Amino acid sequence: MTQLPMQDPSYLDQSDAVRERLDRLKARDVILRVDRLTKRFQAGKNEITALDEISFETHRREFLCIIGPSGCGKSTLIRILAGLETLSDGQVLLDNRPVNGPGRERGMVFQGYTLFPWLTVRKNVMFGLRMNNVSRFDAQKQANEWLNLIGLEQFADCYPHQLSGGMKQRVAIARALVNHPRILLMDEPFSALDAQTRAKMQAYLLEIWKKIDITVIFITHDLDEAIFLADRILVLSAHPGRLQELIEVPMERPRKPEHFLSPEFAATKARLEALIHPPTEDTEEESYPSVPLLTDVRDSVE
Amino acid sequence: MLNVSDATIRPASTGETGQAVPGQWFRVRARLSRRARILLAFASILLPLGLWSAVSYVPFIWHPDMLISDPGDVDYFQPGMRVDKAMFASEIANAKTGGTAPPVGTAANPVYLPAPGDVLMAFYTSFTTPPMDQNGLWLHQSLWRSIQTIFWGFVISSIIGVPLGILCGANSAFSRLIEPFVEFFRYLPAPAFSTLAVAVLGIYAGPKIAIIVIGTLFQQILIIANTTRKADFSLVEAALTLGTKNLRLLTKVVIPSVLPDLYRDQRVLLGWAWTYLIVAELVGATSGISLFITQQSRYQHFANVYAAIAMIGILGLGTDLILAALARKLFPWDRAAA
Ligand SMILES: Nc1ncnc2c1ncn2[C@@H]1O[C@H](COP(=O)(O)OP(=O)(O)O)[C@@H](O)[C@H]1O
Ligand SMILES: [Mg+2]
Repeated sequence: MTQLPMQDPSYLDQSDAVRERLDRLKARDVILRVDRLTKRFQAGKNEITALDEISFETHRREFLCIIGPSGCGKSTLIRILAGLETLSDGQVLLDNRPVNGPGRERGMVFQGYTLFPWLTVRKNVMFGLRMNNVSRFDAQKQANEWLNLIGLEQFADCYPHQLSGGMKQRVAIARALVNHPRILLMDEPFSALDAQTRAKMQAYLLEIWKKIDITVIFITHDLDEAIFLADRILVLSAHPGRLQELIEVPMERPRKPEHFLSPEFAATKARLEALIHPPTEDTEEESYPSVPLLTDVRDSVE
Repeated sequence: MLNVSDATIRPASTGETGQAVPGQWFRVRARLSRRARILLAFASILLPLGLWSAVSYVPFIWHPDMLISDPGDVDYFQPGMRVDKAMFASEIANAKTGGTAPPVGTAANPVYLPAPGDVLMAFYTSFTTPPMDQNGLWLHQSLWRSIQTIFWGFVISSIIGVPLGILCGANSAFSRLIEPFVEFFRYLPAPAFSTLAVAVLGIYAGPKIAIIVIGTLFQQILIIANTTRKADFSLVEAALTLGTKNLRLLTKVVIPSVLPDLYRDQRVLLGWAWTYLIVAELVGATSGISLFITQQSRYQHFANVYAAIAMIGILGLGTDLILAALARKLFPWDRAAA
């Protein structure tokens, strides 16, 4: 790990611009309130607590990232928010109304794209509108606008299997957003993409988020991605999934690739790393056995 | 014009993905050239045909019988009769010692193995031969009867089986209610119901269609249910988050997502229905192609019998090829069909 010089800022230090923006954010209405949410799974005879008394709030037009080690219950949490999974205890309130089952006001983008393979790109985007009884004509009009927005109008009549991963995920985002959700839930949406495409998609997602009235909850296990995107980062710990810390990202917007080199970025990342990979790391599952030397000692490759 | 950059167009996946692995004589799913594919397809037909021709036309291969052309003085031989080679040889020996005229004949195969050429001729002549009795049917009329039996049997089975199978595959309550009974029923051989079918439905088309329905329906429910169960649930979840509700999940998501597979199932099941045809047509008053086959074999016109059996195969395969070609038009997104 790199040594941080003493004068470097702590992740808690915020510039005036950042503080002012976060204050504005917190002045907006609370759109989603999660209150002591607990989820237990029945695994054979014993019970696993996947999520333990998670509480947090998001404000309108916030970009909230959720990170945590693999298996800490990130997907479970977002699926409960989407209504795809029931909760065992606690409650989830959207605009002060309890969430009960899936609904169009909570759009979702999955890691595996989940575009409908039998529908063309345009019809995929129209799907939600048609399911909510928007006329074919209006649905088509709105879908075309969104296809323009994501730059895929010339692919409107292609089928999903003809698109690259990045294109598919853009269509999935458009398909969710054309439905006018209050909140957009994203479960590791870019983790299947190559590094270059992922960087482009991140910038593009921020661009969309800036321009429309949408609150985003974005799950990732990539720390850089979380810091680059989020206003605040919710850090979960594993076994059971507990809320560790809600970090306010001390970085200015608009975010640029240069920001990855800033001291604020380094400080935030160091803090996240400390939370997710605590120093007392010699757990059984993490340590691999050392490999004995099986070649000529003199024939070294290092 | 649409500019689809080549990087984004992925080749449709074929089952054959393995690259050439040099130095191995057995390669798992190695890709074949188009030429090799065509050659092998022809060989698949021509090899058995070649074997059959060899047995039929090369006199020293098999040919266990003698076809009598002149009975000589053997009183129980007649021209055109087939006798065992051993018996023929002993009669020749008898004639030599007794000084009577020996029988004359040529080596021949048994009557139940006509030569390919004879069967090929029969394809034509069986259509031009008038029916044996006065109110009998011409071959093409018999075939048409059979096609109708299959058609109605399969349509009735599908009208019941496809919706029921889809419901079972999509909804656990339906599945638990219906499938145990169907599981039990599918082990009962369809022909076992023939007397019951005749008692209820008479002796004409009714019981025959019923046997095909019984033979197909129960398998159909289970196969369609299984295919429907394999629908990608993440697509259902995506639809749920887009505000899709209740039956629309079935009609707009589950069914479209498995439609190409259901179509493939139906093709397999139609083949199944064909295999029940002969049994079905023997129920009650024998009819259709089965009537033709039983009559022809009674007169030992085995070339005609073979031709009729081959016609069933050709009709079945032909329908399947047409349906397969149709699938590529119907489901352009389905890469398994491409
Ligand atoms: N349907 C389920 N039944 C039992 N256990 C489950 C189920 N779904 C998830 N879990 C468990 O809950 C925990 C959290 O899983 P998940 O939310 O997928 O984690 P993450 O997305 O953070 O990697 C895991 O330990 C997993 O084994
Ligand atoms: Mg996950």
